[in-house]
Amino acid sequence: MSNRIKEQFKKKSNLLSIYFTAGYPKIDDTVDIICRLEDCGVDMIEIGLPFSDPLADGPVIQNSSEVSLANGMNSELLFKQLQGIRNRVDIPLLIMGYFNPILQFGLEKFCSNCASTGIDGLIIPDLPFEIYKDKYEQIFDIHGIHNTFLITPQTSEKRIFEIDKWTTSFIYMVSTASTTGIQQNFATDTNAYFERINKLNLDSPALIGFGISNRATFKTACNFSQGAIIGSAFIKHLENKGINEIGSFVKNFS
Amino acid sequence: MKEKSKFSVDSKGFYGEYGGAFIPELLYPNVKELEENYLHIMKEEQFQKDFLALLKDYVGRPTPLYFAKRLSSKYGCKIYLKREDLNHTGAHKVNNTIGQILVAQKLGKKRIIAETGAGQHGVATATACALMGLECIVYMGEVDIARQAPNVARMKMLGAKVIAATSGSKTLKDATNEAIRDWINNPTDTYYIIGSVVGPHPYPDMVARFQSVISQEMKQQLLTQTGNELPSCIIACIGGGSNAAGAFYHFLDNEDVELVAVEASGKGIHSGESAATMVLGSDGIIHASKTKLMQTKDGQIIEPYSISAGLDYPGIGPLHAHLGESGRAKFVSATDDEALSAVRELCELEGIIPALESAHALAYLPKTSFNTNDTVVINLSGRGDKDLSTYINAFGYEQ
Ligand SMILES: Cc1ncc(COP(=O)(O)O)c(C=O)c1O
Repeated sequence: MSNRIKEQFKKKSNLLSIYFTAGYPKIDDTVDIICRLEDCGVDMIEIGLPFSDPLADGPVIQNSSEVSLANGMNSELLFKQLQGIRNRVDIPLLIMGYFNPILQFGLEKFCSNCASTGIDGLIIPDLPFEIYKDKYEQIFDIHGIHNTFLITPQTSEKRIFEIDKWTTSFIYMVSTASTTGIQQNFATDTNAYFERINKLNLDSPALIGFGISNRATFKTACNFSQGAIIGSAFIKHLENKGINEIGSFVKNFS
Repeated sequence: MKEKSKFSVDSKGFYGEYGGAFIPELLYPNVKELEENYLHIMKEEQFQKDFLALLKDYVGRPTPLYFAKRLSSKYGCKIYLKREDLNHTGAHKVNNTIGQILVAQKLGKKRIIAETGAGQHGVATATACALMGLECIVYMGEVDIARQAPNVARMKMLGAKVIAATSGSKTLKDATNEAIRDWINNPTDTYYIIGSVVGPHPYPDMVARFQSVISQEMKQQLLTQTGNELPSCIIACIGGGSNAAGAFYHFLDNEDVELVAVEASGKGIHSGESAATMVLGSDGIIHASKTKLMQTKDGQIIEPYSISAGLDYPGIGPLHAHLGESGRAKFVSATDDEALSAVRELCELEGIIPALESAHALAYLPKTSFNTNDTVVINLSGRGDKDLSTYINAFGYEQ
């Protein structure tokens, strides 16, 4: 089976990956945002499935999740919106969401819907690596869905190598020990962490996320990894400027 | 209880299919550190000495097991009250915070965080921090801050910083989210004292062990007072489930002892304003634990309701999900009104003003019948001081 995520890493460097919350700002914006992002040259997209209790997220994504839920977003509707997306969009698409809504929909059905709509992978921040391996890996594999794991500045080297071994997409390198949100600058010890991971020569490509908000942080991230993921800053931009101005946001990072 | 019981947590942190640690990677080092250390810390001789000395001299344990004569004659059985209401700070919560603060010290942590709903766990945490001279930050929903002003004042007097949780529904579940987010943002110097048998493994097991002093004392007291260490039935209210876990703990393997967990059904189980998780909930993940929780069909967590702020949690501890599913414990519920009637009854018959939470356990009495020889223990988890304004309103004592 071809792996759209891996292919993209082979083709491109300094990948720009954008996270947004599906159904935000308006319920029907999901597909429009995806298409516009690709047209502006974004390399990969994480489509956020909203949850009432997003533990790892800061205020910006908490708010977009709340609005999206109030707009009526859920798994079923998201897959309906995404139907036919592969006729219009070629870049890798992942869904990022907390585990409980996925479990209630049914993990098996979720993965099978991902496969049939052309979603390449999942990022489930509260599904730890061990439990995934123990209980759920097979379901992902059957449907050819790539799961993505996070590492943080506190993750041990041993664990990073273990995660690397099981990764079929990319490693999501969390920049600092924090919930998602906007940072103007990285903390001083952040570069040391990036460097340390870089030196491990992992088999999997890595993208740096959490706190990437401007050209400077994006460039720094690219110096140490294959690219970066931007979430809160993009959502803030949507909130302030609306979906017509997506191009002006993406331009900052090219 | 034997070291390994049918109802002990397994090596991966599960009770049957419930439990585990569904944590974001950001919390992995913290939770792992705790998981790897809690058991051997708790088993150290010095730790046990320190813990038991504080429970005795500071908390005021053992709490009495009181034979409630007039209540017994009304219900035609032998009713005993386990007087957790007589603990320092007025509830069972302090058993856990004293235990966890000692664990935090052993792990070298300097900054303590906690969540609180009604404020009882917040007060108990602030108390333990004052005792040990540690910084204390308590997250509390904005809505709860407004309705539990005396406990907010208590926490402040004890030196804690109370931070309003303004996300989501602004109550206990959101305060818990904020505490977890704080822990993510402060991964090295901070210890999170969870207030019930909820959250990621090893918290449910650790909190149950600290609260198990309740049933340990009960056993000895029953033996002395009745000649038999086993009661017929134990009744406890259940929010997250810590007082119930403590009251049941040493009897879990004695299947002759009936265990009754009373949830809050608010304005009625199917009124849409209830907190009866075992009836209304389904399997899912809340605060990093797989358990029963109240949720929409899309997996969004529902805000529960009960007149008692300590019982309106949308989940229950994974041990209880397992006890309920396996049939070991019987889950029943009591409404706001039934709990209020039970408050009055205990005042009038025994001269004790119970906490609203504990009144839910008492409210089971009129719904069942016991034989004259049955020994029934009710865990009186807390006293009613904190609920006085609710009682003033409910019973018409305003001017
Ligand atoms: C007096 C009292 N009882 C019971 C509870 C419910 O908690 P748990 O179910 O963990 O015992 C609380 C919680 O605040 C409480 O204050």
